[in-house]
Amino acid sequence: MTIASVPQPSIHSGHLARSGSTEPITEIVVSNVSKSYGPMKFAKAVVRDCTFEIERGKLTVMIGPSGCGKSTLIRLLAGFERPTAGTISIGGKPVAAPGVDRLVLFQESALFPWLTTFGNIMFGPHARAAAGDETRSRAEFLLDKVGLTAFRRKYPTQLSGGMQRRAELARAMINEPKVMLLDEPFRGLDAMTKTLMQEYYAKIYEETRRTTFFVTTDIDEAIFLADRILVMTNVPAQVRAVLEVDLPRPRRLEDLIENDNANLIKMEALSLLHEEAMKSFARGSKAAADFIEAYAKRIQKPR
Amino acid sequence: MAEVGDRASQAMRIISSTKFWRGALAIAIFIALWETASRADISRVPPPTAVAVTFKELMADPSYWFSWYLSTQRVFAGFIAAMLVGIPLGLGMAVSRAFYGTVFPVFEVLRPIPPLAWVPASIIFWPTQELSIVFVTFLGAFYAVVINVIGGAQAIDTRYYQAARSMGSSSWDIFRRIILPGTLPSVMVGATVGIGIAWAVVVAAEMISGGGSAGSMGGAKGGGLGFFIWNSYVGGSYTQIVVGMISIGIAGYISSALLRKLGELVTPWLREQ
Repeated sequence: MTIASVPQPSIHSGHLARSGSTEPITEIVVSNVSKSYGPMKFAKAVVRDCTFEIERGKLTVMIGPSGCGKSTLIRLLAGFERPTAGTISIGGKPVAAPGVDRLVLFQESALFPWLTTFGNIMFGPHARAAAGDETRSRAEFLLDKVGLTAFRRKYPTQLSGGMQRRAELARAMINEPKVMLLDEPFRGLDAMTKTLMQEYYAKIYEETRRTTFFVTTDIDEAIFLADRILVMTNVPAQVRAVLEVDLPRPRRLEDLIENDNANLIKMEALSLLHEEAMKSFARGSKAAADFIEAYAKRIQKPR
Repeated sequence: MAEVGDRASQAMRIISSTKFWRGALAIAIFIALWETASRADISRVPPPTAVAVTFKELMADPSYWFSWYLSTQRVFAGFIAAMLVGIPLGLGMAVSRAFYGTVFPVFEVLRPIPPLAWVPASIIFWPTQELSIVFVTFLGAFYAVVINVIGGAQAIDTRYYQAARSMGSSSWDIFRRIILPGTLPSVMVGATVGIGIAWAVVVAAEMISGGGSAGSMGGAKGGGLGFFIWNSYVGGSYTQIVVGMISIGIAGYISSALLRKLGELVTPWLREQ
């Protein structure tokens, strides 16, 4: 894999300066994590005995059937919720509460409606009493970076869906988090905007090489962005398989269409996801369960 | 300058619209029907022409304006007190589960009691008539303000809290920069509803309590608009009753319009999406 683009120093967080080293460093460790909701007897397990690691400076994408507990894992990593069992550590420190070392990009815009684009970006610095001239000029730089300089005085409702996502990216990046957690960030955007945002995000990642955990249900998005894909089981969430995506960066969407390697990964991921989707389908329907069973027997017969 | 031009062209657009003329025509027909009905003795309500004459006379009468002044003063005293007590109380209930658990049951027990049912008790308990009228007015606005503040604060998206916490906000910072602005739109809704109720209540309170301590001083026309209507009724001046009614309508409309304008000023993010 080649690292083609030269990182821009001003959006470069400090610990990534050593990205020249080839030794993978583990940033996030999730070990035997379980999470269930509801009172003891009626508790419903959403995540059960889930274990995985995320490498520093890598973009790890988690993909799985909808409702499989991916968003729960994001909330656990963010520290908004505590696991029922197991441990999560980021940078060697256990996660106990939300922290500025990791930032979440939510499914739909969580920009504060009462602040302008600029006000939203400056929210983090103000919270930490770090809103000096230097930070302001960095905010200006990020505004320009996400192409929203002309919209700095607009309120979120006056921005389009894609602009909102970009404003939110800038709001996150100004805080220089060690880790970015993205929970289906491009869901709900129209197809064209979604494609643009994927390319845009890939570019930002390639420039900063910030450790990223990205949750999605979109297989093409996963392959385009990921260094590594975690395919999840149906609920309660566990890692079903880990697929390495060894495609050169910088990536372009059109390059992937004809890429054999990408298509192989896609086939593999799809068959895994299909099985999990069928299981979740079967859970709700006896007929579907019967069908899967019959289908499985028919495959076994010739042997 | 450009804004003045915009306003003028906006006014022109309104005047040249069918909607405007349809509305104007409807009002004209209403007044015409009223006039005919009164003249034909179908209705004992004085005709609009007679009301207009009385209105013109009263415009020159300082005691009529004194009634305006008194009622406005009572409404605003009660309303401002309701905001000062209601907003912190509502925010407290929204922020603290323990506080909510303690205060809300009491609040919910008292809320169904109509403010006007408080009038006699209020007159007994408060040292002056003036205070008792203001208190009843306060109650009218108070419940609307509190209910809206609680609802507004509880409706704030949890992701805003989560986002703020990840960006390093302290609890105080979250209160100041998430809860306060997040609740502001519903505070303004509560205020607009509240002042409407305050006007409704002050009129009735003035009628019942005899215009407060100023009732005798200002004579028939002093003592507040509610007392003004009541006194006109007792004195048999039917045109004055109608003038009083219209005056209250105007007062309520102006108050609501002012608050709506204020609301737009303090919540610029809700304008023209």
